Amino acid sequence: MEKIPILKMGSFLLVTIQVDLYDQLAENLESDLINMVKKTGAKGVLIDVSSVSIIDSFMGRILGNIATMSRIMDASTVVVGMQPAVAITLVELGLPLKGVYTALNVEKGMDLLRSKILQEEGPQDDDDDGDEDHTE
Amino acid sequence: MTTTETKIILNKDILRITKDSDVVPYRNRVKEYAVKIGMSLVNQTKLITGASELVRNMLKYGGGGEARIEVITQGRNTGIRLVFTDQGPGIPDIKRAMTDGFSTGKSMGLGLPGTKRLMNEFDIQSEPGVGTTVTVVKWKNG
Repeated sequence: MEKIPILKMGSFLLVTIQVDLYDQLAENLESDLINMVKKTGAKGVLIDVSSVSIIDSFMGRILGNIATMSRIMDASTVVVGMQPAVAITLVELGLPLKGVYTALNVEKGMDLLRSKILQEEGPQDDDDDGDEDHTE
Repeated sequence: MTTTETKIILNKDILRITKDSDVVPYRNRVKEYAVKIGMSLVNQTKLITGASELVRNMLKYGGGGEARIEVITQGRNTGIRLVFTDQGPGIPDIKRAMTDGFSTGKSMGLGLPGTKRLMNEFDIQSEPGVGTTVTVVKWKNG
């Protein structure tokens, strides 16, 4: 049985979808990914869809599910590299992928995930003591 | 000169869809035809996405069936027509099935109305107890 590999990179999980997913494969990916989040304690999931030529409502739902489930498991999900034609089609289909973070490529997706983790972990100390310096 | 010229079938292909794993080969076949007639990438993507929705509907609600791919011309237009025929339970209320967000399954109910938006022509005929036929057309430059 085919499987979509899930790679662990530091505190992130990286998934590159290289084949057109049929339903069972997509459903397996969903459960594998959530199990991996639990097992590794990952804080972020990055899904690269740059070689996916179509995303239909089923696949869109899987992406949404993954984002929601990992949110509950304390991890953020970023979908990266979507092809323009796929984005156009998704919106016309009526599936704007609300609640899923996106980035143009893997690098930017990684940056986004890192900033999300920093935001959640460290309390911001960049706007300290300067209460009164409002510029006009 | 008439405004409604008849559609002429140039080429056709019929595939039986009975299981989940028939979806991807079917999609690939649709893509081959779309590429062959020189359809733009955006239109190709819309066509294949719509085809994927419909073929999945047919599997899920109609228990599988027959998917036909036709290359057609009408006047100067060239396009792809897809016909999906199943002998499933049929759709009792087509109007409701065509409403965004309506679903008897556990999906989001975007399949039919969403697909209609992606295509240039969309027709659905259904009779409870007999089956459902969905016909869609995507023009090369539509």
